[in-house]
Amino acid sequence: MAIRKCTLSALVWLLSVSPWVQASPSDIANQGLGENVAPCSSCHGAHGEGNAAAGFPRLAGLGAPYLEAQLDAFASGARENAVMQPIASALSTDQRSAMATYYSQLSAEGAQASKGQSDNPPDTGAELAEHGRWANDIPACVQCHGPAGVGVGEHFPALAGQPAAYLEGQLRAWRNGKRPGGPMGLMASIAAKLDESDIKPVAQYFAAQSPAPAKGLDHE
Amino acid sequence: MSNRIPLLTVAVSFAMLAAVIFWVGTRDQSAPTPAQAKTANAAPAARGDTTESATKSEDVAVSGNAASERSEPLPGAAQPGAASAADDFAPPTRSEIPDDEFGAMVRKGRDIFTDTQQHADQFVGNDLQCANCHLDEGRRPDSAPLWAAWAMYPAYRGKNKHVNDFAERIQGCFRYSMNGTPPPRGDEVLVALESYAYWLASGAPVAKNLPGRGYPELEAPEQPPSFTRGKQVFADHCALCHGRDGQGQRAADGSLAFPPLWGPRSYNWGAGMHRVNTAAGFIKANMPLGAATLSDQQAWDVARFIDSQERPQDPRFTGSVSETAEQYHGEHSMYGQTVNGVVLGQDAPPSGTAAKVNQP
Repeated sequence: MAIRKCTLSALVWLLSVSPWVQASPSDIANQGLGENVAPCSSCHGAHGEGNAAAGFPRLAGLGAPYLEAQLDAFASGARENAVMQPIASALSTDQRSAMATYYSQLSAEGAQASKGQSDNPPDTGAELAEHGRWANDIPACVQCHGPAGVGVGEHFPALAGQPAAYLEGQLRAWRNGKRPGGPMGLMASIAAKLDESDIKPVAQYFAAQSPAPAKGLDHE
Repeated sequence: MSNRIPLLTVAVSFAMLAAVIFWVGTRDQSAPTPAQAKTANAAPAARGDTTESATKSEDVAVSGNAASERSEPLPGAAQPGAASAADDFAPPTRSEIPDDEFGAMVRKGRDIFTDTQQHADQFVGNDLQCANCHLDEGRRPDSAPLWAAWAMYPAYRGKNKHVNDFAERIQGCFRYSMNGTPPPRGDEVLVALESYAYWLASGAPVAKNLPGRGYPELEAPEQPPSFTRGKQVFADHCALCHGRDGQGQRAADGSLAFPPLWGPRSYNWGAGMHRVNTAAGFIKANMPLGAATLSDQQAWDVARFIDSQERPQDPRFTGSVSETAEQYHGEHSMYGQTVNGVVLGQDAPPSGTAAKVNQP
């Protein structure tokens, strides 16, 4: 009897800590997985809203294929990040996929909390974001990322309300080859055409935008 | 071995220097001085649609842009990537719009141009914006810029066989490219668009075929354009934005982000872009957005694929596809042709009827 109890407890313990046992995406997000995967929420917030002060991006409501591609790139090292690489590598392919789906389904409204920085973005940022600089073949950012950067579809993530430091970091990462260029290498090509003086203003512009789009303005 | 590398570097440097000198030399020749260009384009034939082929079909008459209204190739602008040839004219910058009543109308025109759905929806019957095909708010060379179009009117157009002024030309855009109802003459929408085009052309010479006008005319491709190859090009280079089904994508706020390329909410069978050569020129010069990297052959192939899809009926439809094809569609149109066992135009949704229900 005692032995049985012991076995049962051991089993329960195994189930609760073992990374080989199915952990739900929600469990991973909130409790982590094993010793290599810290809870996502500790940096990205309980609702995937990100942390503006620390520069951790919002994940809520971003496209699943986009998020999955990023986790895969962290795991392979193609996207360099000392924090995310061990986490992504400790997750299986299926788990990365499941986490991507999980965060894609969280609502962007919950991300409001992370906003509230750089409310007065410089005009140069707005100019580039809204009109681009076609003399250098740079389209307006909003042409692919949506008005005010609210995001378009599964492959063009929202920029609105993302921490300025994060956005700046990504533009530099593309310039330095530390992040894959994205579909068709589009972002690597754009980032290469930016001047260093473009980066901060455009990042500040998007950081100042509201992450939750006002739906269905008039277009349906 | 070790001193071969510096030698090689020197040799390469010299070669590059020579190439640059050569390029500068040819560029000077190919970019006409205003006087040269005037001579070259002063003949009435250069105004557009008076050639014989123009009267037969749509070969010269293009809606939505002035591509084949170029009756002869422009030096320095016939090839995409030659935007530098347009250096001799630059439209004023956005910040230069005057702060007066006229400036207010220019701004209105710009708003209509960039968000036609929002500001002129009563005249629009699909999900397109003017600026979808006239990039950079109608400023970009080789993307049918407004500043180059403005001073070429009035002009005779084979499409309707009479002399059109600029207002009538814009009405054509609404009828065909926007699959809608043309704003009546004198309507503020029309006046605003005219004002915007006129202002963009500030300082441009009148009746001069400016480099960068319309879309570039591509040489005939090595291999005839192929639907099958085009389908692959589309999947590889276009579907990311325009969707696998070509129906475009909306942003998270519901606004249009990437335009539909065919189907009931795209341009109709009378629009200039429905012609494979026009679409190929636009695509080659401008697509993918900001990274125009397709070969001529790829541009032709994918244009053939896109323009072999069903779209709203030609507003000039006579009741018979073959008759309409015969009367209005030339060699670069797929209208009336059989693709995958279906006659294009046969199942076209009626033109101009996709207008949205007006919201209060």
